[in-house]
Amino acid sequence: MDALALEAAGGKKVANGAAVAAPLPPPAPVKRKPAKKAKKAVVFFEVEILDAKTKDKLCFLDKVEPNATIGEIKSMFHKSHPQWYPARQSIRLDPKGKSLKDEDVLQHLPVGTTATFYFRDLGAQISWVTVFLTEYTGPLVIYLMFYFRVPFIYAPKYDFTTSKHWVVHLACMCHSFHYVKRLLETLFVHRFSHGTMPLRNIFKNCTYYWGFAAWMAYYINHPLYTPPIYGEQQIRLALIIFLFCQIGNFSIHIALRNLRPPGSKTRKIPYPTKNPFTWIFLLVSCPNYTYELGSWLGFTVMTQCLPVAFFTLVGFIQMTVWAKGKHRSYLKEFRDYPPLRSPILPFIL
Amino acid sequence: MSAAAPGTSKAAHSDVAPKKKKGPGALATAYLVIYNVVMTAGWLVIAVGLVRAYLARGSYHGLYYSIEKPLNVCPLCHIPGIVPSSVVLTGFQVMSRVFLTWAVTHSVREVQSEDSVLLFVTAWTVTEIIRYSFYTFSLLNHLPYLIKWARYTFFIVLYPMGVTGELLTIYAALPYVQKTGLYSVTLPNKYNFSFDYYTFLILIMISYIPLFPQLYFHMIRQRKKVLGHVEDYSKVE
Repeated sequence: MDALALEAAGGKKVANGAAVAAPLPPPAPVKRKPAKKAKKAVVFFEVEILDAKTKDKLCFLDKVEPNATIGEIKSMFHKSHPQWYPARQSIRLDPKGKSLKDEDVLQHLPVGTTATFYFRDLGAQISWVTVFLTEYTGPLVIYLMFYFRVPFIYAPKYDFTTSKHWVVHLACMCHSFHYVKRLLETLFVHRFSHGTMPLRNIFKNCTYYWGFAAWMAYYINHPLYTPPIYGEQQIRLALIIFLFCQIGNFSIHIALRNLRPPGSKTRKIPYPTKNPFTWIFLLVSCPNYTYELGSWLGFTVMTQCLPVAFFTLVGFIQMTVWAKGKHRSYLKEFRDYPPLRSPILPFIL
Repeated sequence: MSAAAPGTSKAAHSDVAPKKKKGPGALATAYLVIYNVVMTAGWLVIAVGLVRAYLARGSYHGLYYSIEKPLNVCPLCHIPGIVPSSVVLTGFQVMSRVFLTWAVTHSVREVQSEDSVLLFVTAWTVTEIIRYSFYTFSLLNHLPYLIKWARYTFFIVLYPMGVTGELLTIYAALPYVQKTGLYSVTLPNKYNFSFDYYTFLILIMISYIPLFPQLYFHMIRQRKKVLGHVEDYSKVE
C-alpha cells in the first residue's frame, strides 16, 4: 500500500482534455505520441457520498484530483457536514463492506470517474491517548486510596492505619509501578495505528479497570488480609516473575515502537533484537501480552488473592482474543511470516 | 507457502459465530418441533399440577411442593433450545428463571409457602405454554392467529405479574439469608475473598430497575411490529 501511495504522489499531471480513466500508468516522461490514441490525462473524478443506510445523497464533490486520498475526501466531506469530523467517518465502497483506509488513493480504487462511496457515522470519537491515560490513572489512584485506608472503606478504627504485613507494601509498590509504567508508555513509547476509538469505550474500559482495581485493592489492603501460605519464598519468587515480565513487556513495547518511524502507520514483522527479552518473538506473535499475563500471574502469587486471579483470568481471555486477531492479520499480510510462532502462548495458544 | 503456525491450526473463526438465523434444515426442524412440544407439555404438567392441587386442598398454600420437581427442571431445559429470538434476551430470561428456582426458592425453604412464589409460577406457566405452542406451530407453518395474538398480548399483564412475584420472593428470602449466611464467604480466609449473598440478592433486585423496562418495551415494540400488520405472514419473529 505504501508503494501505491508513492506511485500516486509521483503521479501524472499531464493536462489533456481526453476523457480517459487511466488505470495505473507508470510515471513516464511527458511525450506526445501522435500515433497512440491513449493519452495520459488528468481526469478529475467526481465523488458522491451516500448514506449507507438510507442511501440519501449526502455530498457531491466534483473536480477531485485522481490522486486524492480517502483522508482528503473525508476532510472535504467534513466541510459540508461539520458535525462529522473525519475521525468519525467510515467511507466504504459497499454499504455493508469494509471501511476504506485514509491512505487509499481514489484512482486506485475500483471506481469509475464518478465514484460512489457510502458513509457510516462511527459515532463520537475519543483519542486513544486520552482513553489510555484515563483508564490507567484510575487504578493508580484507587489502589492508593485503599492502601492508605481512606475513611468509609474499612471500619473507622482502621482509618489511615497501615498493614502490618510487608507483602502488602510490596504489592502496593508493584501495582503502582505497573500503572506508572503504562502511563509513561502511553505518553512516550506507543505509536498508535488509529487516532481514535468510539466514545462509549472510555466508559466501558474505565469501568473494567477501575472496578477491578477497587475490588483487588479492597482485599489486599484489608485489615483481615491473610499473607501467602508459603511466606517469604512465595513472595520472593512471585516478585522475580513480576519484575522479569515487567522488563519483558517494556522491551517488547520498545521493539514494536522501533519498527515504526515517527508519524507513520507502517506494519512490519517484529523480529528478535539484541535484547534477550525480545527473543520470545521466535515463538510468539504478541509477546507483550505474554509478558503481561506473566506479570499478573506473579502478582496473583504474591498476594494470594482470588480477585486478583479473576482479574488475571479475564485479562488473559481478552488478550488471547486480541493476540489471535493480530496473529491472523500478520499471516494475512505477510507471506513469509515465521511459521513457528503462536499468538500468545508458545506452542499452546 | 501458507504459513500455518502450530498454535493456529484450529480455525479460530471467532468473528463468525454460528448464528442460526437462516432457516433450519429438516433434521434441525424435527429436533426443534420435538423440543418445543416437550417444553409445552412440561409447562402444561406444571399448570395441571397446580390446578389439581388447588382443587384438592381448597387453598393455594403449599402448592409449590406439588410442582417443585418439574418446575426446577423446566427452566434448565431452556438451554438446549435454539429459539429464533435474541440470544442476549433469552439468555437473561433463562438465567433469571434458573436463579429464582434454584438459588432462591429451592435454597430457602422458608419462602416456599409464600404467595409470591405462586404468583411468578403462574405467570411463567401461562407465558411458557403460549410461547412454546407459538414456536411449535410456527415451525410447522400453521400458526393460528389466536396463538400469535396471545403471545404478544398476554405478556402485558403476565410480565409485571411475574416480576412482582420474583421480587417479592427474593425480598422474602432476605432475612433468612442474612441470618444463616447462606452461600456467603467471610474474611479472613487464605484466598482473601469474600461474598455476601444477602448484598448480592439486593443488587439483583436493584438490577430489575434498568432491565425490566428494557425487556418490557422491547416486547411492546415487537407487538406493534408483529400484530400491526393485518395480513400476517405466519413468520417466526
